[in-house]
Amino acid sequence: MEALVASAVGVMTAAGIFLILRRRTFPVILGLSLLTYAVNVFLFATGRLALNAPAVLNKYKDVPYTDPLPQALVLTAIVISFGMTAVIVMIALSAYLSSKNDHIDMTARDSVDAPGEDA
Amino acid sequence: MNHWIVAPIVLPAILAPFIIMVLRYHLDLQRIFSVAGVVALLGIALTITAQATTGDIQVYELGNWPAPFGIVLVLDRMSAMMVLLTALLALPIVLYAIGSGWDDRGKHFHALFHFQLMGVCGAFLTGDAFNLFVFFEVLLIASYGLMTHGGGAVRLKAGVQYVVYNLLGSTLFLFALGTIYSVTGTLNMADLAMRVAEIPPEDTALLRVGAVLLLLVFCIKAAVLPLHFWLPASYANAPLPVAALFAIMTKVGAYSILRVYTLVFGPDVAVTEGLIGAWLQPAALMTLAVGTIGILGSQHIARMVAFCAIASMGTLLIAISLFSEVATAAALYYIFHSTLATALLFLVADLVMERRGGAITPAMPMPQTGLIASLFFVGAIAMAGMPPLSGFVGKLLVLDASRGAPDADAVWAVILIGSFVTIVGLARAGSLIFWKSYDAEVAPPSTTEDDETIDAIAAAPEPHPGLAFTSVFGAVLGLVLLTLFAGPALEYTSKTAVQLFTPEDYITAVLRGEEQ
Repeated sequence: MEALVASAVGVMTAAGIFLILRRRTFPVILGLSLLTYAVNVFLFATGRLALNAPAVLNKYKDVPYTDPLPQALVLTAIVISFGMTAVIVMIALSAYLSSKNDHIDMTARDSVDAPGEDA
Repeated sequence: MNHWIVAPIVLPAILAPFIIMVLRYHLDLQRIFSVAGVVALLGIALTITAQATTGDIQVYELGNWPAPFGIVLVLDRMSAMMVLLTALLALPIVLYAIGSGWDDRGKHFHALFHFQLMGVCGAFLTGDAFNLFVFFEVLLIASYGLMTHGGGAVRLKAGVQYVVYNLLGSTLFLFALGTIYSVTGTLNMADLAMRVAEIPPEDTALLRVGAVLLLLVFCIKAAVLPLHFWLPASYANAPLPVAALFAIMTKVGAYSILRVYTLVFGPDVAVTEGLIGAWLQPAALMTLAVGTIGILGSQHIARMVAFCAIASMGTLLIAISLFSEVATAAALYYIFHSTLATALLFLVADLVMERRGGAITPAMPMPQTGLIASLFFVGAIAMAGMPPLSGFVGKLLVLDASRGAPDADAVWAVILIGSFVTIVGLARAGSLIFWKSYDAEVAPPSTTEDDETIDAIAAAPEPHPGLAFTSVFGAVLGLVLLTLFAGPALEYTSKTAVQLFTPEDYITAVLRGEEQ
């Protein structure tokens, strides 16, 4: 199971990094989503992998349990990354609609001539 | 428990939704509540700074859960000082945004402004590493909205780049925290400090990876070379009052470096001994060099000020990377100065851009040239570190602190040559913008686009130009006061540095519940 989880994190991170190096916003956003999936699984594994173990201590008998804290952390991380993805989709969409192209880089003219001014 | 500690977070957290939900269609009321909120924040910041000067480290346990099980807020000298700086910076900026009419060019400026203040204050006060991540996200989400405030194709494109870069930074932050948690089993900073010190040095490969990943995250925030690429385009394309507020955001990165690498991975901890300073110092020197070259090469005033921000972060991080008490005291003084100076220059750049556009080329003379030129002159003196303003004191302190350090020659050379190049760059920009108008030989460019720009400027006159100028003078006043009271300020930062380099006090204050 360790090998499976580790390779899943590795493959998703690699694919995410490949995608964020693309030049158009859509693949970049997909890459960011893959990276957040990777980090969520990674956070889950930081409390060590345990099968069929509840995330609570049992005070009556000695049964295996799993660390509850990474689950709380990963929940926070999921909520934040979900919201962030929505935000960047909206900003990218309005950038696409107002500039008529979805390139992630700015042309030399964009960045030198008219910063801050509505072109 | 002292409830003042949580007030800088609770106040904006209540005020911002109130502005969105109740005052949505009433810009005047939004302005009144926003300014009142910032003034109240300033009052709270002064109160908690006065409490922190006693030297006690106060802890606020959220939900009354004792550390390390619950999240704690910690008030020590450094966090109080940074909250005070945030409030002092926010006041002129919110007044300027009102005076220049920037808050009317898009929706929800004031609400986002207060969410941003909440995130910044929270990041300064928290004593928990994961909570630091959450407050980073709060300030970033607000900054995405502020960055694209007012819209426009170029600004939105720059906004996409900014958001992508920061989302990558957030992902890296989570990887770093996960790595550290998997080794130590805690994320409370005081508890981390204890556990890290107990781990035998031969068993710490993963922890070192975590420490360096975390440094990279903070370096992205602090715009340290080679992770600074997000800064010039974002700051130059953001609404410039917002860019002035963002001057505190790079300092959040610097603050986090100081906090984590004195408390958790301190200079004496065997795990990372010599690792952090050895990497940070060359990067800081390069940051300063590239920032000054950028100042010299910029063709737009907003980009030039953005490179000023990078250069001042370079100077600041040189002082931080020395990791000594004297150097940290100098760095804390310089944080205060450089935040105010960067914000001042961004506000002046906005005054210029509103009147003649931002290109550093000869153009038609603009109204109020004399007044704006004087303000630019003051800002440039402060930024370049010339006497009589506080930049000179700050740089002198940094140079003095680096005496006797192993790389003192390199530090002195880079800071002094960098200051010289900054002076040249700012003088070039100032004389082109304020002194040169069209020559007979240079025909004024008369493209339709320029006419449109001028029309657009004429169509949006400043509602209260007096207020805008007053707020810029407020920032100048801050710099003058910082210069006049350099003695008391330095005394405060020296005691802060002593407090930072005795992390035992912090640890006992936070974990006292465990001992009882």
